[in-house]
Amino acid sequence: MTVFCSFCGKEEADGDHAFCRQRLSVIDPPRYCSECARRMVVQVTPDGWAARCSRHGEITSGR
Amino acid sequence: MTAAPEQIDVLDEAREQVLERGVGLSEAQVLKVLELPDDRIPELLALAHEVRERWCGPEVEVEGIVSLKTGGCPEDCHFCSQSGQFPSPVRSAWLDIPGLVRAARQTRDTGATEFCIVAAVRGPDKRLLSQVRDGIKAIREDGNDIQIACSLGMLTQEQVDELVAMGVHRYNHNLETARSHFPNVVTTHSWEERWDTLRMIRDAGMEVCCGGIIGMGESLAQRAEFAVQLAELEPDEVPLNFLIPNPGTPYENYPVVEGAEALRTVGAFRLALPRTILRFAGGRELTFGDLGAKQGMLGGINAIIVGNYLTNLGRPAQQDLDMLEELSMPIKALSQTL
Repeated sequence: MTVFCSFCGKEEADGDHAFCRQRLSVIDPPRYCSECARRMVVQVTPDGWAARCSRHGEITSGR
Repeated sequence: MTAAPEQIDVLDEAREQVLERGVGLSEAQVLKVLELPDDRIPELLALAHEVRERWCGPEVEVEGIVSLKTGGCPEDCHFCSQSGQFPSPVRSAWLDIPGLVRAARQTRDTGATEFCIVAAVRGPDKRLLSQVRDGIKAIREDGNDIQIACSLGMLTQEQVDELVAMGVHRYNHNLETARSHFPNVVTTHSWEERWDTLRMIRDAGMEVCCGGIIGMGESLAQRAEFAVQLAELEPDEVPLNFLIPNPGTPYENYPVVEGAEALRTVGAFRLALPRTILRFAGGRELTFGDLGAKQGMLGGINAIIVGNYLTNLGRPAQQDLDMLEELSMPIKALSQTL
């Protein structure tokens, strides 16, 4: 199964995603669905985030 | 014998002028501070910290923010991932009232005294103002007495009056950068339009929160210009952001502001604005990391945004609260703000 980078939306297997991982670990919530690369609707709140893909549903920061 | 002007050290001047008399540095003086070599940064920060303690006191004001309406903004602020004019991955979203109430509660639970409701718009329409009104009512009905600020773009006088009637005590509207640099950053409205909104806010009796973003291609001279233009406005609070180069924006490939340069900027802004709340805002996580945040707190900063920002994430609130405890910096209590 193809996995997509949730920061840049490209295939994880395609290219180097070190920068993406660094951003995701410090200041960015996921923006792209890792299953289909659709842009997600993301709501950031003071202590977390929720990201919703129209096809694959919602993921959260687990607050 | 009097020393020639160019031989007078700017930090010696600042000690007498800013620390002793509370008079902010001029544009030329701020520029000199911004040009100080790295080995003088500790001295600058120590002085800026003394100034902050002398003219603002030891307390740190803690604030949380939330985006009520995300993305789809018609303006073209080149730094902003929420502009609808750029191919940013940020999609439009509205936070519902229960979500807003939860966000306010999360903020209050950190010990914060400020909660800022933000919308990515040119200015509020009736729907947005209605959402804000209902949201504030719901926050109060939740038993939350945190001070509420708003940031909803440019306002008309009627809208200013409405916000006052809702009990909004502070309004954020950033000038973002120096007047001379603004047309390079935003083309869909002018610096002067922002200034007009800020004057209306002040005249209506709301507290003015106005800052900007460092690292948008401005020169050091323009950074000094900006500090002094802010001082002229006499805002109650200046949030200091450092550019986060967000994907899809015209500034996505701009470099992150380097730590030493950012610390020099913090110190310089404190010396230009001795009596103002100077808040660490977005971008500090990338620019400073953990160590630099402490240096900034000991270099003139006396307020922070805790937790996440609007579309980017911050450090966990507890991490910043632990840092303040470690630095023996008391958090401003709500009773002091009422």
